[in-house]
Amino acid sequence: MPETLVALYVFVLACFIGYWVIWGVTPSLHTPLVALTNAISGIVIVGALLVTGLESVGGFAEILGFIAVLLASINVFGGFLVTNRMLAMFRKKNK
Amino acid sequence: MQISANAQAIAYLISAVLFILSLKGLTHPSTARRGNFLGMTGMAIAIIATLLGTEVVSYGLIIAGVVIGGLIGIVVAMRIQMTAMPQLVAALHSFVGLAAVLVAIGTFLNKRDLGQLNAVLMGELSAGAIIGAITFTGSVIAFGKLQGLISGKPVKYAGQHQINAFIALATIALGVHFAMTGSMFSLMLMTVLALVLGVTLIIPIGGADMPVIISMLNSYSGWAAAATGFTLQNNLLIIVGALVGFSGAILSYIMCRAMNRSIINVVFGGFGSDSGGAPTAGAAAMEKGIKSASVEDAVYWMEDANRVVVVPGYGMAVAQAQHALKELMDLLEQKGVEVKFGVHPVAGRMPGHMNVLLAEADIPYDHVHEMDEVNPDFASTDVTLVVGANDVVNPAAKDDASSPIYGMPILEAGKSKQVYFLKRSMNPGYSGVDNLLFYQDNTSLIFGDAKDTIEGMVGALKGVAH
Repeated sequence: MPETLVALYVFVLACFIGYWVIWGVTPSLHTPLVALTNAISGIVIVGALLVTGLESVGGFAEILGFIAVLLASINVFGGFLVTNRMLAMFRKKNK
Repeated sequence: MQISANAQAIAYLISAVLFILSLKGLTHPSTARRGNFLGMTGMAIAIIATLLGTEVVSYGLIIAGVVIGGLIGIVVAMRIQMTAMPQLVAALHSFVGLAAVLVAIGTFLNKRDLGQLNAVLMGELSAGAIIGAITFTGSVIAFGKLQGLISGKPVKYAGQHQINAFIALATIALGVHFAMTGSMFSLMLMTVLALVLGVTLIIPIGGADMPVIISMLNSYSGWAAAATGFTLQNNLLIIVGALVGFSGAILSYIMCRAMNRSIINVVFGGFGSDSGGAPTAGAAAMEKGIKSASVEDAVYWMEDANRVVVVPGYGMAVAQAQHALKELMDLLEQKGVEVKFGVHPVAGRMPGHMNVLLAEADIPYDHVHEMDEVNPDFASTDVTLVVGANDVVNPAAKDDASSPIYGMPILEAGKSKQVYFLKRSMNPGYSGVDNLLFYQDNTSLIFGDAKDTIEGMVGALKGVAH
C-alpha cells in the first residue's frame, strides 16, 4: 500500500475518533474545548521544526521555518496555559 | 542524542493517544484539568521526539523561535481578560493557519533542493497552503470584528457568491497546475488567492454568528494541520488535525442547530442587521408601550421569590457584570431563594462564552444550566432576570412565522411570573429583530449599565437585611 493511502486510512479513522470523543463534551466547557483544540493544533510545530532543522536548509526556507516555529509556539504555550487558567475557574459549589 | 525513525514513530503514537485522552477529559469539568495536562504531555513528547529525530540537525533558530514564541504565548495567556477570550482564540487560529502556509512553502523549497518533489506531494502541499491561508486571513477578519477594529456588520455586495466561487475555482486550478508542474509562480499566486478568499468568505458574516465562525475557523485550523501531515507523511499531524477538525465541525453544527439555521445559511449571509433597524424598532416599541421598572421593584419581587433565573447574554460580558451577579446570587441564596443561570448555546461571541465568565466570577457550574434543562423550570419561576441577552429569549422565534429568527430554540423566560430586562437602550439584538417579550404584561425593563443595575440590587438587598 502506498504511503499516501496509509495516511488516508489514518486520517479517516482519526475522523471517527474525533467524532465520538467530541460529541460528549458538555456545553459549559465549549470555550475551554476551543482553546485546547487550538493549543493542540499547534502540533504544526512539528512540521515547522522539520522545515527549520533540516541539514541542507538555508536562506529563505529557514526563515519561513523560524517564523512558523515562533507562531506555533505562541499557540502551544498560550493555548495550554489559557485553557488551564479557564479550567481552574470551573468548580463545584464548595459548601 | 538521537533516536531512530521507529522510536520516533512510537513516541508519536503515544503522543496521539495522549491527545485523544486529552479531548476525552474535556467532556466533563471534573476531568478537564487532567485532560489539559495530558494534552501538554502529548505535545511535549511530540516536540522532543521531533527534535531528537535524524531529520533535525540545526537547533539555533528553533530554540530562538520556541523561546520567543513561548514567552509571547505565556504572557498573553496570563494577562488576557476572560471577556476577550473570543479575540484571543481568533488570533491563535490565525497563527496556526499562517504557520501551515509557511511550512508548506518551506517544505516545497527544501524538497526541491533535495530533488524529492512529486505530483502527490505537491498536491498535498497545495491543500495545506490553501487551507492554512484561508484560516489565516479568515481569523484575522474575525479578530478584527471581535476587537471592534472593523465593523461587525455583514459586508455585502453584488455578485458576492459568484466572486467567491470564482476565486475558489481559480485557487484550486492553480493548485492543480502547481502539482503538475512544480511552478513556484503558481504556488505563490495560489496562496495569495487563498488569502483573499479567507477575507471574502468571512466579511459577509455578521457579529451574531461569531460563535459559528469561531467554531468553523477552529475546524479549518485542524484541517490545515492534517493537510500538513499529509505533506510531511506524518501520521501524528494527520491524527491530531482530524481530531481538531472534527471538534470544530461538531461545534459549528451545535451552534447552527441552536439558531435553527443551516451552516450554508450562516456562511452565505447573516441576518440583515442593517443600521436602519435599530431606531425603527425603538420607535415602534415606544408606540406599543413598554413598562420600565426601578431596581427596587425587581428587588422586592426577587427577595420573596422561590426561584430566580438569570439569563446572561453578550451584554453581561460587555458590562463585566458577572462578579456583581455572583454577589446578588449569594445574597438571594442567604434568603432561601433558589438562583439558577440559564445559558443559551449561542449566547456571547463564542461557544460556551457565558459559562467561562460565570465560572470566572466563582459561580459554581452546577448552578449554570443549559437551555433544555432550564426551560421546564420557567413556568414555576417567580423572577427571570435577563442580563444583556435579547434574541435568545424572544418569543417571536416561536410565535411569529414571519420573523427572521423564527424556529430558533429560545429560553422561555416569558413563562415566568415576572421578567426583568436589564438593558442599556431600546436597541434590538444583533439580529435587528424587535423583541416581543418587551411588550408582555409580566415584563419590565430596567435601563442602564447592567453592572450598575445589579450593584444597585445588591445594595438594596443589603439595605433590607440590616
